[in-house]
Amino acid sequence: MRFHAEPIEFTRQPGLGAPIWHGHAADGEDWLRFAISVHRHDGRLAALWGSDERASGGGFRVHAVFALDEGWPYLILDLPADDPVYPDLAGIFPAASRMQRATYDLLGIRHDGEDQRPWLRHGGWPENWFPLRHDAGDPPAHENQATDYDFVQVGGEGAHEIPVGPIHAGIIEPGHFRFSVVGERILRMEERLGYQHKGTERRLAGADFATGAKLVGRVSGDSTVAFAWAFADAIEAACGVTPPARALAIRALLLERERIANHLGDLGALGNDAALAFGLSQFFRLKEDWVRLNAAVFGHRFLMDTIVPGGVVVDVDAEKLVALTTQCETIGREVKELQRIYDDHSGLQDRFLTTGAIDSALARELSLSGMAARATGMLLDARCFRQGYEPPPPWSRLAVRPALDERGDVAARIAVRFAEIHESLRLIRLICADLPDGETRATVTPVPDGVGVGVVEGWRGEVVVGVQLGKDGRLARCHPHDPSWQAWPVLEHAVLKDIVPDFPLINKSFNLSYSGHDI
Amino acid sequence: MLALLKRITKTGIVSEPAPDVGDMRREIDRLQDEVLKILGRALTIREVDAGSCNACELEIHALNNPYYNLEGSGIKFVASPRHADMLLVTGPVTKNMENALKIAYECTPDPKLVVAAGDCGCGCGEIGRLFGPNYATVGPVEAVIPVDVKVPGCPPTPIALMQGILAAIKTR
Repeated sequence: MRFHAEPIEFTRQPGLGAPIWHGHAADGEDWLRFAISVHRHDGRLAALWGSDERASGGGFRVHAVFALDEGWPYLILDLPADDPVYPDLAGIFPAASRMQRATYDLLGIRHDGEDQRPWLRHGGWPENWFPLRHDAGDPPAHENQATDYDFVQVGGEGAHEIPVGPIHAGIIEPGHFRFSVVGERILRMEERLGYQHKGTERRLAGADFATGAKLVGRVSGDSTVAFAWAFADAIEAACGVTPPARALAIRALLLERERIANHLGDLGALGNDAALAFGLSQFFRLKEDWVRLNAAVFGHRFLMDTIVPGGVVVDVDAEKLVALTTQCETIGREVKELQRIYDDHSGLQDRFLTTGAIDSALARELSLSGMAARATGMLLDARCFRQGYEPPPPWSRLAVRPALDERGDVAARIAVRFAEIHESLRLIRLICADLPDGETRATVTPVPDGVGVGVVEGWRGEVVVGVQLGKDGRLARCHPHDPSWQAWPVLEHAVLKDIVPDFPLINKSFNLSYSGHDI
Repeated sequence: MLALLKRITKTGIVSEPAPDVGDMRREIDRLQDEVLKILGRALTIREVDAGSCNACELEIHALNNPYYNLEGSGIKFVASPRHADMLLVTGPVTKNMENALKIAYECTPDPKLVVAAGDCGCGCGEIGRLFGPNYATVGPVEAVIPVDVKVPGCPPTPIALMQGILAAIKTR
């Protein structure tokens, strides 16, 4: 099929995952034209990465997953081995910029745009050595010397900088924020990330599926279910495997439990950041109850290693279903009570309302997905029906109701989180009441040179995983993409109308992943 | 306000007793008893994530929930290594965090303790092996700074973390 009368011919990938079409851009002009067409139709850039195809006789390749109303077109562009340069997409989708810079750091394939600053490479390995090239070998001897980073300078009388991080003042992942301020007012905030970069993609190269599932399940610990499911979707598409209906229902159960666990924790932390310690204690108590039942039923507090390509490795019997359903009742009741307390607390609302506001135009321009996008009023949820889009099973059967709020501020993101907790509780009860019988796992036989992409609506937003298998049926290339890639630049905008002390609150309302972004 | 107070009364005290330290004390290699005499039982911790996937941080956060109530034991997390008696470090230390971790260690006043948390930080188990040293990571925490106690797990449970922290400061 074709999108918007563009010349590129796309074919739908097999499997039961989200609707994804594969296409091949003939040249850089095709690549650019398609991106412009997606942008013109209010689409987004969902992910961008590169690969080294020289071992199989090609050159290099750049991959992009776009998001349209009807689903996700996955486009590749082949580049020559000797001068791998491709057209810059950042002018169309600003979200592309950091992904393109990371692609250069890892593979040495360059976009032709302006911003060529390194992103993931801080000086830990040599400038002219690229870890994801198949012939990279061991890193050459190199002194780990942090390089200077060219932050954009803000001048003018009274303007000064506040550098924050990489180690932050709390139990939180590392990253650097450079605030340019006058007094308390924030004129500009620029992020420098990459501190969590642990070379996961290189670890994935050559891995078998079981190892791949473990590694991808640890790209961002708080989203392990979403990543493991997206990875499984990608492998199942690449190998033409159909997971059993019971496995899909259990995956959905796990994903909704992950969503609730994270929303509970963040709602508590948001109360705390606005000086209501009561909120932290209460929500963290509920979260602890929640993850303890995870451990009792599924064997892991955060549900790691429960999803594998082909299905799931956990199952639930009648007794466990009762425990899961009963907990939905108690937690639902308590969350409603706490929601009333939050809503009625004027001090809290004073901090939440109008703070860290973004609008849907900005969200769209920066390709934002997930909870934060829905808090600007955008109906973006891979689990929900919308015009022209039919969600994959089991969501199609569950008829998920999207949670929306149009205000775009901290209060809106809190409202969406509350609404999503209630909706996820409803979904869990639905799944438990009507769990399909049968197997929980299908056999996966690796298909040499198979290619697949998985998209799953994690609690933060769209998690994308792309895989390419080698001749030996193992992972030749696997790219896990966290929605934080798109959301981090949005945060730089969300702080602009507020003062420095509001930053922790705004930051927490998004609660973005450093590890998921830095991989 | 009334609803809030009612909720507090209804919840009551849910804190559970601190776990038994058991054999962990014996695994401690570097720890000196003189250090413990100075630090006593009240302790301040600076948490440093040096490359984790953030699951370890979720469990460290849980230490402050009312069930584990770590602050109730006189142990609290502080914002600066300069205020800390102990560093609690997670992650397969990344090249990009190596220098920051060294600086944090240097900034922590003597005598100081270091607890490495998680399979990556301890360099143990299957996950510790999968996230072993490569071009982007230096290795477990002890490859960068001296470690007193290791708390394995992926991630370690709050109970295991509490045992590790208590083991490091308990003088028998």
